[in-house]
Amino acid sequence: MSGLPTAAADVGLRDVTKRYDAGSPRPAVDALTLEIPAGEVCVLVGPSGCGKTTALKMINRLIEPTSGTITIDGRDARALAPAQLRRRIGYVIQQVGLLPHLTIAANVATVPKLLGWERQRISARVAEMLDLVGLPADEYGGRYPSELSGGQQQRIGLARALAADPPLMLMDEPFSAVDPITRDRLQNDFLKLQRTVAKTIVFVTHDIDEAVKMADRIAVMRDGRLVQYATPAELLANPVDAFVADFVGADRALKRLSLMHVSDLALTPAPSVTASDHVEVVHSRLGGGDLEPIDGYLLLTDAEGHPQGWVTVSRLNAGGRVGDTAALAAQPLLQPQTTARDALSQMLDAGARCAAVVDVNGVVAGVVEIATIARVAHPEPMEVSVG
Amino acid sequence: MAEAIDWDWIGRHGDDIAAATLAHLELVGAGVGLAVAVAVPVALAVRNRPIGATVASGTATVLYTIPSLALFAFLIPVFGIGKTPAILGLAVYALGVLIRNTVTGLRGVPAPVLEAARGMGLSRRQVLYRVELPLAVPAILTGIRLATIETVAIATIAVFVAGGGLGELILTNGIERNLFVTPIVAGTVIAVCMALTLDLLLVGVQRIVTPWSRRIATRPDEAHG
Repeated sequence: MSGLPTAAADVGLRDVTKRYDAGSPRPAVDALTLEIPAGEVCVLVGPSGCGKTTALKMINRLIEPTSGTITIDGRDARALAPAQLRRRIGYVIQQVGLLPHLTIAANVATVPKLLGWERQRISARVAEMLDLVGLPADEYGGRYPSELSGGQQQRIGLARALAADPPLMLMDEPFSAVDPITRDRLQNDFLKLQRTVAKTIVFVTHDIDEAVKMADRIAVMRDGRLVQYATPAELLANPVDAFVADFVGADRALKRLSLMHVSDLALTPAPSVTASDHVEVVHSRLGGGDLEPIDGYLLLTDAEGHPQGWVTVSRLNAGGRVGDTAALAAQPLLQPQTTARDALSQMLDAGARCAAVVDVNGVVAGVVEIATIARVAHPEPMEVSVG
Repeated sequence: MAEAIDWDWIGRHGDDIAAATLAHLELVGAGVGLAVAVAVPVALAVRNRPIGATVASGTATVLYTIPSLALFAFLIPVFGIGKTPAILGLAVYALGVLIRNTVTGLRGVPAPVLEAARGMGLSRRQVLYRVELPLAVPAILTGIRLATIETVAIATIAVFVAGGGLGELILTNGIERNLFVTPIVAGTVIAVCMALTLDLLLVGVQRIVTPWSRRIATRPDEAHG
């Protein structure tokens, strides 16, 4: 993580238990052990009451563990007074909790002020943070929280948590209270932000889709216990038990596809021909194995390699040119950064069994077949035992 | 009525009227001030204790129901007569509404705001002074407004413990002089004007010290979030 403005902290939970009521049969969090590497987004996910929020709040000691140890960068969280510890940890909650009597700028300045920063450094930092979340200080700094929309308030919540440049951020369902469109935008902006700030983030959600989207690692919890701790791809490919499989959903194959991009897929070489090609030449190339049709189709491109359409080999007029035959539209056209899930969806939508992939210049780079996507959606070859 | 007013008397007693008005203001200011000084700490102590809050506001309500003349009478054996028992009596009356409003204001601080404040590393004391009290200010000021209006009226009774104020005009110069109407009307009109003026002033104070609640939320479209 060298070259970044601040180091991110690794976080370790060892055998952490929280029992709210000595008499209750099971603890809220039960012997939780979790290692979160520096700079990673760790999402705690599970049904309500699984202990994920309790686990999160024990890290900044809003809840004190009954037993066990929590370390941040190898240091016991109990080494500092709770208030001192919390000033070093960003905290974002679902209802945001902006201080309604302070302006946006004053809200963002809260932790730097507590840390005793100089006035000039604070105002420069506030402006920087507000720019970062897309609500420039000139326009928004002097407003009060009630003058902002829910999505804007959560952006300010994020700016406020980042203001003192903490190496660790705790986020408790931060995007759950906004509408789906705003949520999607906040998630994308947050991921973009995380690529530049590279904090260690512990993120709580009950939404598995959000977990898959945001996480480097997902910790699935149930009844206070850690059930599985894995990367999203691992979790979707190999859920450890029926509970996890059920929780990640019946569409986990599709979720896996949303983690992959067209550039990750094995492309089939495009069987490219141009309108001016003589049909005889095409046939001889087909015979020589130089041209391999896909499902009996060839990809018609212009001279520069931009896809124009698909032509059927059997319909080519002997003696003429390829351009004499009507072509099917070259739909859909895929980009390398398109997710495999979107690629599949577009192909199903167009009723196509294959689709051309084009590079940034629109030049064909290869072809994706539905069968290829189907293969990667299921990571292990299905073995059917006979006899 | 206008013919019944002896304008000449008013002209001759301008200084007395002014003195009574000032004395009245002093009683109101000291009584409400003392009540605030007691009510805010009590409210802070009981804000998170439902039983304590019930006991405190219950006691204040019982005190409020004691007939005012009797209350002033009870204070005489301990504090004698004069301004001291008058101010104490007025403070007792103002206590109830102030405790209730302050507790309501403190409890009205949204839980997420408190959680975020603690989560950012404000100490308990900082949470109290920087978050809870400022956010309770509108409710506390509303309590002060109600207490002030009420105290302006009740303070006329302070004359029975020789506390001075507009009661002197009404009782000593009016009722006891064969119902001489002029000072009674003068005292009443001044008291009403004083109550209205103080209320307006406090509304102004409220607007100045709580700029965040003045701006009506003009929420931009959610899609811009």
